[in-house]
Amino acid sequence: MSLSFPRRIVPTLLPALLLGAAMASAAAQAPMSAEQQAAHVLNRVAFGPRPGDIERVAKMGVQNYLDEQLHPERIAYPPELTARLAALSTPNRKAGDVLGEFVELQKQVREEDDGARQRRRAALMAVAEETAEARLARAIDSPRQLEEVMVDFWYNHFNVFAGKGIDRALVASYERDAIRPNALGNFRTLLGATAHHPAMLFYLDNFLSTANGYRPGGKGQGQKGKATGLNENYARELMELHTLGVDGGYSQQDVTELARMLTGWTYDPRALVRFNQTFKFDAARHDQGSKHWLGREVAPAGEAEGEMALDVLARHPATAHRISYQLAQYFVQDDPNPALVERMARVFTASDGDIRSVLRVLFASEQFLSPEAAGAKFKTPYQFVVSAARASATPVNNVGPLLSAMTQLGMPLYGCQTPDGYKNTQQAWLNPDALSRRITFATALAAGRLPLAGKPRAAGAPSPDAMPAPAPAVMTVDPARLQATLGEAISPRTRGAVAASAEPLRAAMLLGSPDFMQR
Amino acid sequence: MQRRSFLHSLALGASVMIPVGRSAWAASTDTPTQKKLIVIMLRGAVDGLNVVAPVGDENYLRLRPTIGLALPGMDGGALDLDGYFGLHPALAPLQPLWAEKKLAFIHASGSPDSTRSHFDAQDYMESATPGRKSTPDGWLNRLVAGLPGAPSPSRALSIGPVMPRILSGPTAAMNLPNGAGATKANVLDRKNVGDAFDQLYAGHERFGRAYQDGKTAHQEVMAAAAAASAAAAQEMNAADRGAPLPNGFPDDAARLATLMRNDPKIQVAFVDLGGWDTHAAQGNAKGQLANRLQPLGQGLAVLARRLGPLFDDTTIVVMSEFGRTARENGNGGTDHGHGNVMWVLGGAVNGGQVYGDWQGVGQAALNEGRDLPVTTDFRTVLAQVAERHMGMTDRQLVKVFPNMPKGAAPFKLIRA
Repeated sequence: MSLSFPRRIVPTLLPALLLGAAMASAAAQAPMSAEQQAAHVLNRVAFGPRPGDIERVAKMGVQNYLDEQLHPERIAYPPELTARLAALSTPNRKAGDVLGEFVELQKQVREEDDGARQRRRAALMAVAEETAEARLARAIDSPRQLEEVMVDFWYNHFNVFAGKGIDRALVASYERDAIRPNALGNFRTLLGATAHHPAMLFYLDNFLSTANGYRPGGKGQGQKGKATGLNENYARELMELHTLGVDGGYSQQDVTELARMLTGWTYDPRALVRFNQTFKFDAARHDQGSKHWLGREVAPAGEAEGEMALDVLARHPATAHRISYQLAQYFVQDDPNPALVERMARVFTASDGDIRSVLRVLFASEQFLSPEAAGAKFKTPYQFVVSAARASATPVNNVGPLLSAMTQLGMPLYGCQTPDGYKNTQQAWLNPDALSRRITFATALAAGRLPLAGKPRAAGAPSPDAMPAPAPAVMTVDPARLQATLGEAISPRTRGAVAASAEPLRAAMLLGSPDFMQR
Repeated sequence: MQRRSFLHSLALGASVMIPVGRSAWAASTDTPTQKKLIVIMLRGAVDGLNVVAPVGDENYLRLRPTIGLALPGMDGGALDLDGYFGLHPALAPLQPLWAEKKLAFIHASGSPDSTRSHFDAQDYMESATPGRKSTPDGWLNRLVAGLPGAPSPSRALSIGPVMPRILSGPTAAMNLPNGAGATKANVLDRKNVGDAFDQLYAGHERFGRAYQDGKTAHQEVMAAAAAASAAAAQEMNAADRGAPLPNGFPDDAARLATLMRNDPKIQVAFVDLGGWDTHAAQGNAKGQLANRLQPLGQGLAVLARRLGPLFDDTTIVVMSEFGRTARENGNGGTDHGHGNVMWVLGGAVNGGQVYGDWQGVGQAALNEGRDLPVTTDFRTVLAQVAERHMGMTDRQLVKVFPNMPKGAAPFKLIRA
């Protein structure tokens, strides 16, 4: 191998640019077989195949599978998944309850109660782990795979960083109450749900924003009690990221005017904790003047100004185009076909933002099912880790090692600090370090060296005197079964190299192969 | 603790790293220039008016009654730079560099594009083509392409799990994870595993190059770490090897300095730091912004110190996509603005000065009545460093910074 060459003659003739544009796998030019189609569709509307999935989907036909996935409400959860989710605390509690506990712990820390810091850290860790466990258990095991794929898509579109202040306590509710119920629903409803949720109000500071000259009377409400004046943060990202896009034809003046229209959109921390009242329109904080926004006069109308703004933004042609582009980029290729985007945008507008209808057009398009599209997407770290867990069929009781892998790969779950969320393009994620890290993860998973079987520390909070759990048997991944699971998503070249290698390396090679890096 | 594990990882490196020894570096003669460039990008738009604060302007505290820095000498006051500008007190570790005239600032600098979108502005600053999103590569990648000597993936290094836009492009570059893991052996160092994956990736159309670059870079870094470990044994008593460094930037900066000293191939490095988007409660001498600036200042000082003699050949540029509003908002924060301050440090930097066409923060001087105008295009600063420090020719400069504004900046950042 070149590795043992002296430095001076390390080959410099590297393949020409592989920047940006998605490259279709060279093998995928001929029409796809039923199995190939099934593998492709499972890589796109699901987080890759689990054992038996390719056969099942090939048998039922990809169209039937897509129809089924478009109606998650008709697909039952397996009882084990239902039971597992029911056993979690945070994901089943009201936003106000989780926040109440969080605030209480913060108070104790301020009073320098002995051990309060430790308790707080443990409680926060439990909240974070349970939130992540609920997400990953579904991503890996839910038969409603498209719903989970859309949760990943929309969470990034409407990203909230869990590491910011009280959002630690609120992201579980945000995902459960604002994102998941609307993942295949109406865009205006989804937009409104995010706009009203305290996680978003806090993350992008709108909870603080007031009319200029507002005189705060409130005491004991911390940052918010002292706030007076406009904060443009949410208004800008609402147009730039959530709806119109940066080239959607708005100005700095439009940002300021929209921020004025949204003044008073906040929450009352006490009412949130006590009564789970997650939103409050505070008329006293609202700018009562008239506004001039996106070329229209906006007469003073209180809360209705913001609702009107969401209506306008959700129905704007720039929004239809942008959401369609992003969906096509996520599901087809990094640089999607403009005609397809245009067709989707027309359906978006005609259906008044019905996400399911837009996806239906996307899935029925020739671009989606073309051989060039198969494997064209480079998996994000999230997709890579989840698909590896699914394909290997390793029981995951402890999601910790999966979360660590995502963090090391630069994509900590709920950890995107900036409101644009994580990208899903090859340009964003392919780099020299990424491949060796993915291979490291694949090797550890295949060899059964990740402690996935154990229960995480925080969840379930075992008492110290409880009997130690018996050490779980090492679960190595069976390479023959894995190859059967992945089927034709693995190229002949890779299959040949795997078959020629020593048995203990085979499963690692499949999960770390170039073929498994793409979807 | 931190240092111990770092040294441990270095020692581990020594045991695995057999084929490419230190002598390989001594023998290599394909790096005609020793000059180094390190770019640090503060993503999220750092509040430059509180980094290098115009405390001598009577309007400053009027615009910023709660977040403004007090005058030098007062409690929590700015650190005097030139009698008019004051440095944020959390950046005290940089004071010696200022006194030695190895640190300069260029105020009211930035991109001519008026966008206040973080993402577009960062994109333009990394492509160095403001207003043009279709530029496929980053300017640092184009700069590396123009360096004399044989190409190598380890010439350009980014610290972090993803490859930033600024280093993306046809020229090979490597990235290292944050933290001590960067210099540890990985599973591909085991021969049977490495051979198996070489088979899968060698010559692979889509991933072959990234895979090979990763392996080559990893081996170079391991070799450099091994060399550093040997050198460290002799320098145990050196003044800067004392207290362990906090995690985060100071720790990564120390590691970067060690690598650069021990791998002469590394000529360009990039680090990005987030968390500067202070829309609310940013604080003044203390608080959110101060808490971010402190490790940055400390890390830069560590970097300068640990580069040792190499600092004379190094220029460090700190930049951010745009500045923030001159006026504080209702929430003790600042919103998106325009002009900002760029920082330049290095042994050859003509420091101890705040450069740029500064027009004050009076209402009439503000851009759109809200933020600093851009009176120095960021590309003129970068081009000057590329030309006068990295020795780029005019022909190369045109490629790295296409469509530059005409006319040179009226200052000389790098000493002849």
